[in-house]
Amino acid sequence: MSGRIKPVTTIALIFFLVSAVGPLLVSSWATLFALILAKGIVVLGIILLLQAGQVSFGHAMFFATGAYTAAFWGKYVGGGDIVLFIALGGITSAVFGLIVGLFVVRYREIFFGMLNLAFSMVLWSLLEKMFHYTNGADGIRVPRPALLGLSFTPETFQYVILYVSLLIAVVAFYGVQRYLDSPLGHMLRAIKSNETRLEYLGTSARRVLLIGYVISAFLGGIGGTLVAIIQQIATPEFGFWTKSGEFVFIAILGGSAHAFGAFAGAAMFECVRFYAAAHLADTWQLILGVVLIVIILYAPNGLIALRQRYGQAKQGGH
Amino acid sequence: MAKVLLSAKGIKIRFGGVVAADGIDLDVLQGENLAIIGPNGAGKTTFLNISTGYLRPQAGSITFLGQEITAQLPRTITKLGIARAFQIPQLFLDHTVMENMLIAAASRLGSPSGYTALSALPELPEMERLLDLVGVKLYASRKARELPEGQRKLVDIALALALKPRLLLMDEPTSGVASAEKLEIMDILTSALAKENVTSVFVEHDMDMVERYAHRVAVWNVGKIQKVGTPAEVLADPKVREQVIGI
Repeated sequence: MSGRIKPVTTIALIFFLVSAVGPLLVSSWATLFALILAKGIVVLGIILLLQAGQVSFGHAMFFATGAYTAAFWGKYVGGGDIVLFIALGGITSAVFGLIVGLFVVRYREIFFGMLNLAFSMVLWSLLEKMFHYTNGADGIRVPRPALLGLSFTPETFQYVILYVSLLIAVVAFYGVQRYLDSPLGHMLRAIKSNETRLEYLGTSARRVLLIGYVISAFLGGIGGTLVAIIQQIATPEFGFWTKSGEFVFIAILGGSAHAFGAFAGAAMFECVRFYAAAHLADTWQLILGVVLIVIILYAPNGLIALRQRYGQAKQGGH
Repeated sequence: MAKVLLSAKGIKIRFGGVVAADGIDLDVLQGENLAIIGPNGAGKTTFLNISTGYLRPQAGSITFLGQEITAQLPRTITKLGIARAFQIPQLFLDHTVMENMLIAAASRLGSPSGYTALSALPELPEMERLLDLVGVKLYASRKARELPEGQRKLVDIALALALKPRLLLMDEPTSGVASAEKLEIMDILTSALAKENVTSVFVEHDMDMVERYAHRVAVWNVGKIQKVGTPAEVLADPKVREQVIGI
């Protein structure tokens, strides 16, 4: 069991090392990698739910909740600190996740997905329409926060937020791995393979899914807070359904069989967007579409499965 | 007089025009293996479904050790000590056999951890012992999906035993198993039940199995219990022979 996941874990370590060192060599990578890590944290939450066979098409609501928590603090309280923003963003999203979760965990599959979508569109509409509080579609600027009381120049700040994102990503990655290997994580997978049996073992499948859902919302909130700090703005787009779709897209791209799929997918997605947008302007979506088609046809279990397939071919010789 | 474990009184349920239970009264005694026989559609599985909370009867009540369990949730009833094995084995196919067992152990213990590894549960040796008891320890590290049907049935029963039940309800433990293997499976099963002090109720079609392994037999017919008695008494009854066994 542990032998099977080792190769991917090695690649994960290499990836985190590159995220730490690469931007020191190429400064434009600082923001790129910070975004990859922040989105990877959100997608970890999507991958958690995929273990139970459930796809949330509304997870951008937690992403937006995290982002707006930081934005509202900046607008109504003023100032702010990265640690405070992240803690508040995570907690607010987890509480929101608990409330939404109590409804959605009663449903499965398409109904689960659509109910999530519905909740997220309610939040999006509120953010868009309550202009007086949210500035509507213009969004709210998130001023550059301090870190534990220290202020930074924009040049230094991009590295500060990169390393904060990296630290959180590593902790979240480790935590999710542990979770997936724990009894609760295995029960989450058991919902996908045989929910009836799980109930007949005396366990409430809804409760297991709710715990997973709240963790997933928490991760979504933290990722959203980070992105709002990186991009210095929170807009209703953060909670729009296309954003939810993007997270599911990244999860499929990376592969949901392993927590690292979140970061593999996010890296691929953001790199294609970063470079294709620079060179091919408006066609980056087209390129991503082609990438996804290739993935679905040739590596239906995502990028991380390519490594596993390669490993097997080497061992088994087929 | 042995202690009454499960007691059904006046259970009634109908699905549209089909009467699946029409006043079922039955006591299951501690320590016995009670066989349920009867033609298809007589309501045998319905009785198991009602006893485990999957269905809610329209009338009547079921008590377990004196406690009312009618229309409780399956997981609540499971926690009280009634486990179930299925006609078609219900396993977590993407997990290994041992992981299946450990999930059951974690369920029984309650408040499962989200951090410590499943494989680090202190119940591991006990689960190994149970797998050994039903003769499938060999498959512990194999994915449940890879097991042949007969072995899956045994794992399904081992999962139920992992819950340390007082009473085990089994729906055709030997259906879908080659007849040569039936005796072996039932031998393993009944000795495991005796060793673990588990009372059992099993639905069975094979009269040889009933004769050999049941202490008492209840005959179901059109939602009613036609007769209850020892295998010898029941199988000698001309009406039962004609209507149920078909000789």
